[in-house]
Amino acid sequence: MNTYYDPKDLGKFATMGEEAPQLWQKFSEYTAAVLEDGALSAREKSLIALSVAHAVQCPYCIDAFTQGSLEKGANEAQMTEAVHVACYIRGGAALVHGVQMKNIIKQVGF
Amino acid sequence: MQDANLQLADLQGAENIRPFAETLRDTGNFPLYSKDGLQTMQMNIGLACNLTCKHCHVEAGPDRTEAMSRQVMEQCLQAAVRCKIPKLDITGGAPELNPDFRWLIQEAKRLGRQIIVRTNLTILEEEGYTDLPEFFAENDVEVVCSLPYYTEKDADRMRGDGIFKTSIRVLQRLNSLGYGREGSGLTLNLVYNPGGAFLVGAQQGLEADYRRVLQSQYGITFTSLFALGNFPVGRFLAFLKRSRNFQPYMEKLAAAFNPATVENVMCRDQISVGYDGALYDCDFNQMLGLVSPAKHISAYGADSLFAREIVTANHCYACTAGSGSSCGGALE
Repeated sequence: MNTYYDPKDLGKFATMGEEAPQLWQKFSEYTAAVLEDGALSAREKSLIALSVAHAVQCPYCIDAFTQGSLEKGANEAQMTEAVHVACYIRGGAALVHGVQMKNIIKQVGF
Repeated sequence: MQDANLQLADLQGAENIRPFAETLRDTGNFPLYSKDGLQTMQMNIGLACNLTCKHCHVEAGPDRTEAMSRQVMEQCLQAAVRCKIPKLDITGGAPELNPDFRWLIQEAKRLGRQIIVRTNLTILEEEGYTDLPEFFAENDVEVVCSLPYYTEKDADRMRGDGIFKTSIRVLQRLNSLGYGREGSGLTLNLVYNPGGAFLVGAQQGLEADYRRVLQSQYGITFTSLFALGNFPVGRFLAFLKRSRNFQPYMEKLAAAFNPATVENVMCRDQISVGYDGALYDCDFNQMLGLVSPAKHISAYGADSLFAREIVTANHCYACTAGSGSSCGGALE
């Protein structure tokens, strides 16, 4: 391994339940419920998650919520504004990670 | 144009993807059968098109010459009447480019069929085709228009520079004839497609966005939005492979399998006719050369069309992912 982050590791997230299945189940149920349509739409939540993902600088979350936002019909302009919100809160350190989002858009888009 | 057998080999050879037939078997739906009464005959009347969209599963374009003959059209109309199939869904390519397109519409109307035309919109600004909006209105044609996104940048990335602006002008013209206007009786539906290797979003939310943006920026109204997923077939399959998105996309489709969609998948309710009269369960099977046991429109019979065994392969995961996908949009 020549980097701490490997995109394939995102698919192994559920292995965190191997030693704590009940905690993993509660976490999974909770996260699924959080992202459902409610007072906020699922897309708005996905855009918030995308914003927070940049603020906490989690590559796994950026990958998941870039694609999740696209799948919920968001476009690159909306997603870019979400990233600027994170920038406003956390400053330039968050904004520079938008480059990762753009890389993923380039990878999956036409 | 890619070889159909090679495309099928790619689909069936995707790693870690459970064969679709096995997944269906688990739901108690294998083999899958069509329903007793079919609602739709989808006719692909030719592969020629004035556009070369990146997501096109047909690989349609200006260089394609395959076109349905009037003889095959007549056989389709006879079959639709005798089998009491009420709806003709006319597609391509750009179906308008078939020289017998207008004849087909007029005959279908005379025979009391409900007519749907899938248009790329831009052909309606090409010389020789500019009177078609009025022709559609006179013949009560329902138009289903490709508009993969409501912003110029995203739509043009899929379809080519300038296509969005032309599409907007044609939609405004259709609106001026009453299409998509409440109370006119003229149906104008739009089609969304994802702009890459990601799954289709919730149709309802997308439709609200389309309405808001198209109305406020261009004064355009429409009847409904159909959110269609991209199928790993044809030009889109080539993109998936070239961009190394094939494996993750297939994994996403398979992981999103929703058994609740199986009841309403479109193949159970329709028959698809190729330009040469060969019968298929859907337009995607057509491009993969997966001929239906019903074989050819000239030898059709209600027995062969109804309760026929549907041919499936791994591309079928695109119809059953999430809320499902069909030529009429989401399934649930």
